[in-house]
Amino acid sequence: MTDIFELLKGKPGDSDYENKGVIVQGITGSYGSLHAKQMIAYGTNIVAGVTPGKGGQKFEDKIPIYNTMQEAIDATNAKISIVFVPAKFFLSAAKDALESGIKLLVAIPEHVPIRDTMEVLDLANKKGAIIIGPNTPGIMIPELIKIGIMPPMPFKAGKIAVLSKSGTLLYEISDALTTAGFGQSITIGIGGDPVNGTRLIDAFEMVKDIPDMEGLVIVGEIGGDSEEILAQRIIDSGFNKPTVAYIAGRAAPKEKRMGHAGAIVMGNYGSAESKVSMFNKANIPVAKRPAEVPVLLAGKIEKSD
Amino acid sequence: MQLLEFQAKEIFREYGINLLDSISSTNIEEGRKHAKELGYPFVIKIQVPVGGRGKAGGIQKCQNDDEFELKYPQVMDLEIKGEKARAILLEKMADIKKELYLSIFLNRSKRCYTIIASAEGGVEIESVKNQIIKEIGLGDVSDELAKEVAKEMELVGKTAEQFVDTLKKLSKLTIEKEAELVEINPLAIMQDDSVMALDGKFVTDDNSNFRHDELQKYQEKTANEIQAEKSGFSLVELDGNIAVVGNGAGLVMSTLDMLSDNGGKPACFLDVGGGATTESVYEALTLISRLPRVKGILVNLYGGIVKTTVVAEAFLQAYENNLIDLPVFSRLKGTESEKAKEMLKNSRTNIFDSVEEAINAAVMGIKK
Repeated sequence: MTDIFELLKGKPGDSDYENKGVIVQGITGSYGSLHAKQMIAYGTNIVAGVTPGKGGQKFEDKIPIYNTMQEAIDATNAKISIVFVPAKFFLSAAKDALESGIKLLVAIPEHVPIRDTMEVLDLANKKGAIIIGPNTPGIMIPELIKIGIMPPMPFKAGKIAVLSKSGTLLYEISDALTTAGFGQSITIGIGGDPVNGTRLIDAFEMVKDIPDMEGLVIVGEIGGDSEEILAQRIIDSGFNKPTVAYIAGRAAPKEKRMGHAGAIVMGNYGSAESKVSMFNKANIPVAKRPAEVPVLLAGKIEKSD
Repeated sequence: MQLLEFQAKEIFREYGINLLDSISSTNIEEGRKHAKELGYPFVIKIQVPVGGRGKAGGIQKCQNDDEFELKYPQVMDLEIKGEKARAILLEKMADIKKELYLSIFLNRSKRCYTIIASAEGGVEIESVKNQIIKEIGLGDVSDELAKEVAKEMELVGKTAEQFVDTLKKLSKLTIEKEAELVEINPLAIMQDDSVMALDGKFVTDDNSNFRHDELQKYQEKTANEIQAEKSGFSLVELDGNIAVVGNGAGLVMSTLDMLSDNGGKPACFLDVGGGATTESVYEALTLISRLPRVKGILVNLYGGIVKTTVVAEAFLQAYENNLIDLPVFSRLKGTESEKAKEMLKNSRTNIFDSVEEAINAAVMGIKK
């Protein structure tokens, strides 16, 4: 698997070490421009924008805008893009990016049809690229690079990896961690859709070998079986870093979509009970409330010392 | 969206899947006409978007007019797992040899479509034995693969031929309609060895609705849910008395969980969404004011891109216009939350530092 940290930071000695270029697809839209500005303010090196028909213009008087991803990549050599186009245009935007050589694509749009996501994943697979999302808050290494829409306040650099399906719960739980003195080494938004470019298990593979990781926090929710599969992988791999989980949706009725397209229990498939019992089997405590996450994590870390 | 049996069968019919004669109705006058057209004996089947109809008495055999007059209203008045009848389907009686199971579903963790088939159908999927499972990528089932499934099910002759045909048609409609799940259970082998779909389940991907105008007539949403969708937030109506409002699906689910843990009963799940404005939140409060049974509102916000002041402003307007006269319990954190708290200080909103305190106060306040 491609090393996510190498993609996000590069190698020491590279001219762009810890300053990787990112292209914003849909930079002239209201959502895209708002978040492009916020990413720049956070310190992310936004090198270009792409909006078909607006090539030649400049964003905020300095960032060049191109008509196609190929032109943007030719000019900047960037390997990362973040997509803000409306859901119905996601398929063509993502194809344009992958065919032009993007290796990490962060897909923000909500309401992308599953068929379009699967087509994009198929292409990404062939091209050896990573997709984060769709319907994700994004990915970040706190205090270094933010490729997403998260507000900066909850996050602090540190040694806990946080994987989350939900955006606001990622903020809420990272805030609780930060307040308790646990900064984050990386946070990865999985997204709330039924089919995710980076599944919980893929995100786990990306972070499990971080050398000085102190702990792992998994924020799941009802729907699908990705939490169960991750718990099984943790059991099988003998991963023994302190790990805590949280699952949202215990009180949700069956057969109803709870805001996220993927948050639906069908029969027993996707139920909170199933996820909680698998985490218990993996000896991973599941917090009842977001505020309980740092408490359980501190307990786990103390035991492992 | 999840289609009802008769709606799923309309689509099956369009794709040439074998079905018994059947007609749907929504009242007994219509039903009587259909009974004459169809002729006895037939089966009266309640149309609800949940399983377990047979056990609950929602499927009744009917031999003559007397039985029809007795059973049609009985079935119509049933409530199954909280769901009332949307319609009644009258379907010819079948003389069957054996029941099979067949479905194609979106396998979320494998990110591909998957066939499940079994020669032992007619029971709920969890109890179906000897399941044959085949991953089929983006959904296309070749002739060879369909034949392989039939062979593994030990089907022969005409039955095998018709099964292969049914499976290929099912895969075609899964792809063309962008279904998340299509299930025929039971798929029956008839006395003449032909194959017929006796039931149908069909779940579509709502995100592909913009490509499927033809499916929109099946959309079953409350007026409030439709309004919510238009305004860019998501609403699920529940049967308790505390309306739960927040930003982000995960955070609102989490708030429902904590409320339920503390003995509270949520009246709705309302996620104001990432693009919330004062207008859209005001719209959300308008919907809440129309929900029955609501005795209080619990607000849990973690302001990120959505500023908490935007939400606070909507509440102030709602109070001023007398839209909301219920107690409001809220926890505000994140972007501009200090300012939002200041704005709401002398209003109907009770502000708490933690969501746990807001929940406790809401549960206690509503008991009074």
